[in-house]
Amino acid sequence: MQRYNKTDQYASRKNVIAALVAGVGIVLLIRLFMLQVIDPSYKAFARSNYLRHITDYPSRGLIYDRHGELLVYNEAHYDLMVIPGQVGDIDTVAFCNMLGIDVSTFESRMLQAARHSRFRASLFEKQISKNTFAAFQEKMFRFPGFFVQPRTMRKYNYPVATHTFGYVGEAGPSVINNDPYYRPGDFIGISGIERSYEEVLRGKKGLRIRTVDVFNRDVGPFYEGRYDTLAVPGQDLYTTLDLQLQLYGEHLMKNKRGSIVAIEPATGEILTLISSPSFDPGLLVGRQRTQNYRMLQNDTLKPLFNRALMAQYPPGSVFKPISFLIALQEGIIQPHTIYQCPGVYQSRGVSIRCRSHPNPVNVSSAIQHSCNTFSSIIFQQTINKPGFSSIQESFSRWRAYVQSFGLGQQLGSDLSYELPGMIATPDYYDRIYGPRGWRSQTIISLGIGQGEMGVTPLQLANMTAAIANRGYYYTPHVVRAIGETGELNNQFALVNDVPIHSMHFETIANAMHAVVNNGTARGSRIPGISMAGKTGTVQNPQGENHSVFIAFAPADDPRIAISVVVENAGYGSEWAAPIASLMIEKYLASEVTRRWLENRVANASF
Amino acid sequence: MTNRSGIFDNIDKTVLFLFLLMTGIGWVNIFSAEYSAPGGQILDLSASYGKQMIWIGTAMLAAAAILIIDVRFFTNFAWVIYVLTILALVAVLIWGTEINATKAWFRVGGLAIQPSEFAKYGVAMALASFIGSKRIRKTTNMHRARAFLIILLPAVLVLLQKDVGTTLVFASFVLVLFREGFVGRLTLFFLGLAIFLFILTLMVNEFIIIGSLAIISIITGTIMRKKHAFVAQLTILFLLTSAYVLTVDYAFENVLQSHHKARIEVLVYGDADLQGAGYNLHQSKIAIGSGGLTGKGFLQGTQTQFNFIPEQSTDFIFCTIGEEWGFAGSFVVIGLFSVLLLRLITLAERQKSTFSRIIGYSTISVLFTHFAINIGMTIGLVPVIGIPLPLISYGGSSLWALTLLLFTFLKLDTRRMDMN
Repeated sequence: MQRYNKTDQYASRKNVIAALVAGVGIVLLIRLFMLQVIDPSYKAFARSNYLRHITDYPSRGLIYDRHGELLVYNEAHYDLMVIPGQVGDIDTVAFCNMLGIDVSTFESRMLQAARHSRFRASLFEKQISKNTFAAFQEKMFRFPGFFVQPRTMRKYNYPVATHTFGYVGEAGPSVINNDPYYRPGDFIGISGIERSYEEVLRGKKGLRIRTVDVFNRDVGPFYEGRYDTLAVPGQDLYTTLDLQLQLYGEHLMKNKRGSIVAIEPATGEILTLISSPSFDPGLLVGRQRTQNYRMLQNDTLKPLFNRALMAQYPPGSVFKPISFLIALQEGIIQPHTIYQCPGVYQSRGVSIRCRSHPNPVNVSSAIQHSCNTFSSIIFQQTINKPGFSSIQESFSRWRAYVQSFGLGQQLGSDLSYELPGMIATPDYYDRIYGPRGWRSQTIISLGIGQGEMGVTPLQLANMTAAIANRGYYYTPHVVRAIGETGELNNQFALVNDVPIHSMHFETIANAMHAVVNNGTARGSRIPGISMAGKTGTVQNPQGENHSVFIAFAPADDPRIAISVVVENAGYGSEWAAPIASLMIEKYLASEVTRRWLENRVANASF
Repeated sequence: MTNRSGIFDNIDKTVLFLFLLMTGIGWVNIFSAEYSAPGGQILDLSASYGKQMIWIGTAMLAAAAILIIDVRFFTNFAWVIYVLTILALVAVLIWGTEINATKAWFRVGGLAIQPSEFAKYGVAMALASFIGSKRIRKTTNMHRARAFLIILLPAVLVLLQKDVGTTLVFASFVLVLFREGFVGRLTLFFLGLAIFLFILTLMVNEFIIIGSLAIISIITGTIMRKKHAFVAQLTILFLLTSAYVLTVDYAFENVLQSHHKARIEVLVYGDADLQGAGYNLHQSKIAIGSGGLTGKGFLQGTQTQFNFIPEQSTDFIFCTIGEEWGFAGSFVVIGLFSVLLLRLITLAERQKSTFSRIIGYSTISVLFTHFAINIGMTIGLVPVIGIPLPLISYGGSSLWALTLLLFTFLKLDTRRMDMN
């Protein structure tokens, strides 16, 4: 070895090297500290890398009729979902062929899904066929990022009560933005009881967190499933509907526009709710839903429109019992009060025609023959009753009576989109005529149920139930019990009282019984069943008058109260009354004996 | 020294302990990275942790052999070792097996040997012999050229294997040359500055850099305003660096082809092209970044266990450490490397012979370069070039070559009093 040694000259350079080592160590540690301790984003990345959140969709609650007959149930179907961040280099053409879509559709859907989220599942193709599902199951490993989500779809045992059930559809953006429960592609009740009982019917989605490896293979639950939640199935609904009555009513209403609402007076339970024209509820399920919806929307007969809840008509003569009840309660008339009817009511330039009927009339026969003169006189006297400082005050009192029957306001039933109807307010007349510009004669047509008044068929049926009960009603509803336990739907147990004495109701009920036995609706008498009713023919400036009838039966112990509206059909006695009588017969006697009447009604079309 | 009986009596216990600790840490993390299901055998020879067990065992035997061999073997056979490694590099180009597009391997049974790793040992020997044995009173450019040639020859052969990463490691011998006065301080400074500014230019807008440089220059210049020569130099330096920054930026934008840019862009923009060139780095950062302060625990790293990171037991072993042991684990590993390197510097400086010191600094240079680049690339500080983390990564050749280097130096250290 050589003895020459140059150590001293450059020895201090060891410090440079040592500083370099220390410096690099410190830089690495600072960077690692930022990455591992400060920056949270990589932790989120890691989770999305290996965790799959799998939603378990609970089955939606079933819907039964009042006798336990299954009306609405579910059928399984499969949605193809995609997590864009996991879709690698797949054979797009083979994939598209399998689904029967073209590549540009594929690309636009992928783009759309990626815009929603790279790491969350989006709907790629909904309700794929069983064949596609089978084919996909086989080849799934070739298409990472795609998976099949089992879902359920509504099925209907009978194509009836569409408007009451409503339908289920995908939750829209506004719902998704406002309610964190819903994700794109989730279903939600859009109308009917599907909507009003959404939270009961939907159940609770379950969430399973699975871990996956780099090949998107499931390698087991995350933390032994500690963070998983079980799906809770939706609760079943036991409705108040009577399937047989509903089927029968829809049969009778074929080719007619209008509605039938039948209520059990003792409970407020809706036995039947028909809006015609209707459609098969199955049309708004499945892949054809959008197309069918558009078709229904463009239909000039407006089948989507729920007339029973949303159509407003002046009640016409069926309002007379209410008007009479108010006059009786206010002491304007007694049951034996008699007026002459000259065939026309005339007062200070107002004239209302009446039909020919026996003369003179008292309360009972005025109802029986639907006397306009009697109605107008007592209405005028009610409004002009001494003791009020102004017409506004007396009219407000009258209006409050009317409202106590549930007219002109939302009843608060469990049906979606119930319209309030309207009863004109004093302010309304003040605006038109000025505060001193109107008198009882100005608004005289209200006394016969015409004029500035609009009520829905549901309100008419409810009003009838109040008469049937002689002074009270339960808020009408269509669900009597929720869930397996059959827990009663208690929210409708409250009584709504009408501030009119029951003896007056007795008077009017008897008069309505006479309407059917020997009055305007005598053609609709039911053999063996005592029915009380009132006909109405609603003036319709746009066309033929609407045929309206309200009824309850048996007259002394009512089990059903009903309203029937047939648009543009003419006299109430001619169409609405027979339909109501057939419905009542069907409900109370199960069998309809008057086949000829049934055929006449069913074959008519307006 | 007189006591020649015990091999371990004079050996540096700190380095020995660190060596054993780090190979142990390495094995544990290789086990975790490769572990797939419960019931895996620790000595499963088909798995890499089983093979690594053999590599560690044989490396220990080699280390023991080196400690037994007389030190004169190394000084006398330094050039022979160098020539043998060069021949191996040539041979692998002809008869080698190609793995991952790199023709750098000899297959022996189930094991693969990488001559380029051993070439580092050869270079260390040759440099030590050349610089240490020549009567070099004053370093001439001729000496410099020959020293560079010793490094350049294997580097070129490795580059021919298309193994850019390992080629770059040969540049680390610049540190040895620096220590021996073959390379000046300024050269080293400008080299560092050039690399630093290059990366910075790609990451930050060039005008922000020039602005920052201007501010630093003005402040420094104001403080040192009495020294006119310094201010003048500073001004020139500022102008030169600004021109350099602009040139780099221009070159990157206009001269480089797109595929050249890809790897650098991955580094600069982090998560560009996640499915392609950026995938490794992104997954690596996810694994390390998700480790948190204390990590997810042994075998609990989700990214590690579900194999999200390619090359995890080799070049990306630090991901396992970062994910499963967190910042605490990172701190320990970086701490161990730093302590080992600083201890080796101390040992190298206490050598009497230049030969021994050069072997020491060669060990330091190779270890340091591997350590800095490997960890730097897993956390996105340097471009992803595939070189292993010394003593920790899976791989026999790397472990063997480093063990030879380290224990040759330790052996020389035990005889430092006898050598001159």
